[in-house]
Order: sequence, then C-alpha cells, then structure tokens
Amino acid sequence: MTARPPVNDWATDWDHLDPQWINDPFPIWDEMRRTCPIAHTERFMGVYFPSRYEDVRAISYDTEHFSSRRVVVRETPPPRIPAPPITSDPPEHRPARMVLLPPFTPDAMKKLEPRARALCNELIDKFIARGACDAAVEYAQEIPARLIAHMMDLPETDGDLYRKWIKMILEDGITDVSVAVQAAGEMQHYFMGPVHERDEKPGDDLISYLNKVEFKGQKLSAENVIGSLRLLLIAGIDTTWSGIGSCIWHLARTPEDRRRLIAEPSLMPTAIEEFLRAFAPVTMAREVVKETQINGCTFKPGQMVLLSFPAACRDPDMFPDADKVIIDRKENRHAAFGLGIHRCVGSNLARMEMTVAVEEFLKRIPEFNLAGEVTWSEGTVRGPRKLPLRFA
Amino acid sequence: MPKTLKVRVDPEKCQGHNRCKAVAPDLFVLDEYGNAREVGDGSVPPGQEEKAYLAKSNCPEFAVEVIEEHGEQ
Repeated sequence: MTARPPVNDWATDWDHLDPQWINDPFPIWDEMRRTCPIAHTERFMGVYFPSRYEDVRAISYDTEHFSSRRVVVRETPPPRIPAPPITSDPPEHRPARMVLLPPFTPDAMKKLEPRARALCNELIDKFIARGACDAAVEYAQEIPARLIAHMMDLPETDGDLYRKWIKMILEDGITDVSVAVQAAGEMQHYFMGPVHERDEKPGDDLISYLNKVEFKGQKLSAENVIGSLRLLLIAGIDTTWSGIGSCIWHLARTPEDRRRLIAEPSLMPTAIEEFLRAFAPVTMAREVVKETQINGCTFKPGQMVLLSFPAACRDPDMFPDADKVIIDRKENRHAAFGLGIHRCVGSNLARMEMTVAVEEFLKRIPEFNLAGEVTWSEGTVRGPRKLPLRFA
Repeated sequence: MPKTLKVRVDPEKCQGHNRCKAVAPDLFVLDEYGNAREVGDGSVPPGQEEKAYLAKSNCPEFAVEVIEEHGEQ
C-alpha cells in the first residue's frame, strides 16, 4: 500500500485506509458521533460516513434511496462483480436470498460442528508444542477457509487460493480495480468445473444444492450459482477469520475474562455476542440512488455511504458502556451481522465457528498472552492479521 | 389478578438473526429459512418470563414483542 495523503479533518476528509483508522478507529468514531455524526469525504469519489446506530439503522432499512449494487467503497469507478443477494436490491433480492438460507440455519450448522471442532484441534496440534503461535495466521484464518471448502466439497487446502482472491477484491482492489476484476475472473474459472461436474453427479454439498435448488419453480442460472459461490467465499472467510482473531486478541489481553469463561462455560454464547458487538468485523457500503435526507444531512445520488456496523455497535446511545467489553451483557441488539433484508446469511455459521474456535483454544491453551506486534486488516473487514501469542 | 405473558414475532420484521431462539429455545421455533415465530399462541410458561424479555431485548430487528395480559381468574 502506497502512502496516503494525511487526513486534515475526520469530519470532512476521513479515510478508512489511514493508519490511525486501521489501528484504532474507535476514538475517531467517538469524536465523529459528538461533532459530525454523518461525516463526508471527497476521497473515493465522495462517501458519507454515519457513525450513530440510529442513522446506520435507518440507511440499512431504506433500500429505496440506498442501493446495494455497490457494496465496497473504491477509489476508481466500480467493476461489476455481481454477488447476489448481497449486491441485489428488491425485488430481485428476495429470491436470490431465500435459496441461500436453508443450508445456513442453526440446525444445519449443528451438523457441521463436529468437523469444525476436529479442524480446530488439528490446527492446535501443529503449534501447541512450540508454546507459541500466530493465532491470526495459524488458527483464525484457517478455520473458515477450510470449513467453507468442506461445505462445498472442495479441497480444504485451497484456502490459500481463497485468501488471495479475497485480498485482491477487498483490500488491493480498493485502490486498483483491475486487481478485483482479475480475482473475480479467476474465481469464475475455479468454480466452473465443479459446478458442471456436480450437475451431472450431484453430491451432498453446497454446490450440488445450489445447482438443484428452486425458488417458485425456477432454478438458478449457472451464472447465479457461480455468483452465489463467489459471495460465500468472499463473505465467509476473512469476516469470521477477523471475528475469531478479535476474540482471541481480547482474551490474550484480558486474563480475567479468559479465566471467567473457563470457569463459567455457560457464559460463552453471551460472550460471543459481546465480542461480535465490540469487535464487529464487517463494514458494508451503499450507493445513494435517490436524493434524501437523514437527520438533516442530504445524501446526493452517485455518492457512496460507508455503512459501518462496527461504529453503530459502539454508539453509547444504543449500548451503555459501549466502549467496554462486558462478557455477560444481557441486552445486546448488536448489528454485527447487519440490519434489515441483508442480514448476513452466514451469521449462524460465523457464530458456530467463533464459539467452537474459542472453546477449543481455551480447552487446550488456557493461559496465553500477546508476544509481539499485532497488525490489523484494512478496508471493509477489520480483524487481526498478525497475532503473535506465547502460551504460559 | 394473575398476569400472563405472551411472546410474538412480527414476521415482517424478523430477518432470521436467531437470537430469540438462542436465548429462549422453548418459546420460539424456526422455519426452514431460519426465520422465527412463537411456539403455539406464544404463551410463556411459568419460569420462562425472564427468557421472554431476554429474547425481546436481544432482537436486532425489534421484531419480538412481549405482551402482558391481565387474565381473569
């Protein structure tokens, strides 16, 4: 990444690729909420940034003025990389979404859980004797990549390839769109073979399911099947990798929470929801398609909105003590998986993976702490990318 | 006068976050798409009152209602 012009003023010149934002965005958002709750920047061809829960919520529900046809803020005109239903608006959105839901229900995830637990232990086996690991690289990033490959019945070792494409689309592609287009092409090519093969010899996997599923008597087009697979790969890997990484990062720095979770395992579901709120990994975007006003701010067509669920989740007007991680927080209407019709299709998968990943890690490695510099991803998804730990 | 509670999921608002089912598994069921509805007529059995309110206060879409009915005895 080349050096970026320094930010003059967060309210009028914000930049989510600025190192300060990447490393610790929370004080910036707190300041914005107080002084300019809907900020704007001329960078990235013009983008609004609402930092209050209320405004993020209003925009999420308003599909008339805010379109999902562009969900990533980029520096140059957007490539068309359709990935329905995340890039769809009503009325096309609903059928594309409905077909994706059944494989991701909580019951479907329960069936996947034993493989997830085994996988976590296979990973831990590789580094436990060393007494140290990079929990982002050797643990968190491997879990969702291998599990989604498992669901698609593709080689679990293709994870490196998936992560390369994701980086090209969500990180490098922000400043160089041709990189994103190239990745989308490579993914198309990768999936084409399996999609045709499973059409002839269907199995009990996600690709075979998408090939045959019908909504109101209509099967998905081959293009739509590949688009959905591309979405599941892009949306299902670095997001959960970030989520798992943030949980472990917090537990490495907060021995009292770590010990309490070991002593009171029934607290785990509540704790995972709190980690999701406090370290919500995913920021989406919308394109303004019709002029409108929200809380006195005019949104101009053609401009983008960075829809920061992480900022919404830290709004003290919605969440008391929003900046504190409270692992037994009782009321938690967090928006980590989005709000409205685009609620993350994989939320049950992500929760299962995060829960299993933290549980298995704590079982085998109850005492650990940070052992070096932690680095964070940049762009649309936030989480640790280097997380060196030493085990006690 | 005894107070009875009922839970209700607004199907227009529910987006399938699955929070209600997670915190109050006896009070909600999910359909094949993962969207929730109340079990039966939504009556909350004795001892489940706290869970009913937890389901409400953890729904990101504000889709869960808890209705207090003052029944005659």
